[in-house]
Amino acid sequence: MQLIPCPWCGPREEAEFHYGGQAHVAYPEDPSALTDEEWAQYVFFRENPSGPFAERWSHSAGCRRWFNAVRDTRTHDLLAVYRAGEPMPEVTS
Amino acid sequence: MTAEPTSPLAGWTDRLAALAPALIVAERPYRSQLTVRVSDPDAVAAMGSALGVAFPPVPCTFSAGSGPFGDVEVLWLGPDEFLVVAPPGLQTEIEEVLRGALGSHRGSVVDTSAQRTTVVLEGPHVRDVLAHGCSVDLHPSSAPTGTCVQTLLARTGIVLQVTGADTFTVLVRSSFAEYLAAWLSDACVEYGVAS
Ligand SMILES: [Zn+2]
Repeated sequence: MQLIPCPWCGPREEAEFHYGGQAHVAYPEDPSALTDEEWAQYVFFRENPSGPFAERWSHSAGCRRWFNAVRDTRTHDLLAVYRAGEPMPEVTS
Repeated sequence: MTAEPTSPLAGWTDRLAALAPALIVAERPYRSQLTVRVSDPDAVAAMGSALGVAFPPVPCTFSAGSGPFGDVEVLWLGPDEFLVVAPPGLQTEIEEVLRGALGSHRGSVVDTSAQRTTVVLEGPHVRDVLAHGCSVDLHPSSAPTGTCVQTLLARTGIVLQVTGADTFTVLVRSSFAEYLAAWLSDACVEYGVAS
């Protein structure tokens, strides 16, 4: 069982959380101006780093808030968690 | 003619009573419950004074007190979300009063009384029994009286309040209540209760 530290509730077991993919993917300013290819890039294409990765998580069985976490994809270590709207903190992996 | 209501655990009264003294379980059905979404500090304060109970300022806690609606608890559910719990039958009045206190601020007050029933658990083994299905650390040093967490108990979503040294209150969705009662009965077996 891995504990994930919710920025509101503190450490809770992994089963209480829902994964939401890459964080900080901005919605296009003017979606209708995008070509099909640009739209596909926005909708489907994501980073796939080996190392620290900023992701969205939802504490779905707890406070039900979305937050962001930096996770090391090699070790599954959560290097930092931060509330929605806050900038991504510096992490050392 | 109005039919008498049946509480979610009405059929479990005897079986739950048989868990004593390892675990003393009692359903407190039909309590008035209102889900409140509010973030403006003035509106939060106005709602608190309308109930006579200040809203809990700290995540994962609840506040309790007495006011015009009797004994009322306000549970922290999220940074802008609370559950107001009061004696049965007061939901309509409280809804009106809280909406008045909210005024033109952004937010909502919704009657969710039928969503959950309340189960009060107490006894020397209450933490042991809960630990069978709940991963939250319930040691008094980590979860003192006044703690209120939303979590999973035996994979069922619950709101768990620590109300005293060995007393807990569990709010469970009505449709999951019988499953939870069955699970509690099973979890008590090793504490000297006949299955
Ligand atoms: Zn949380």
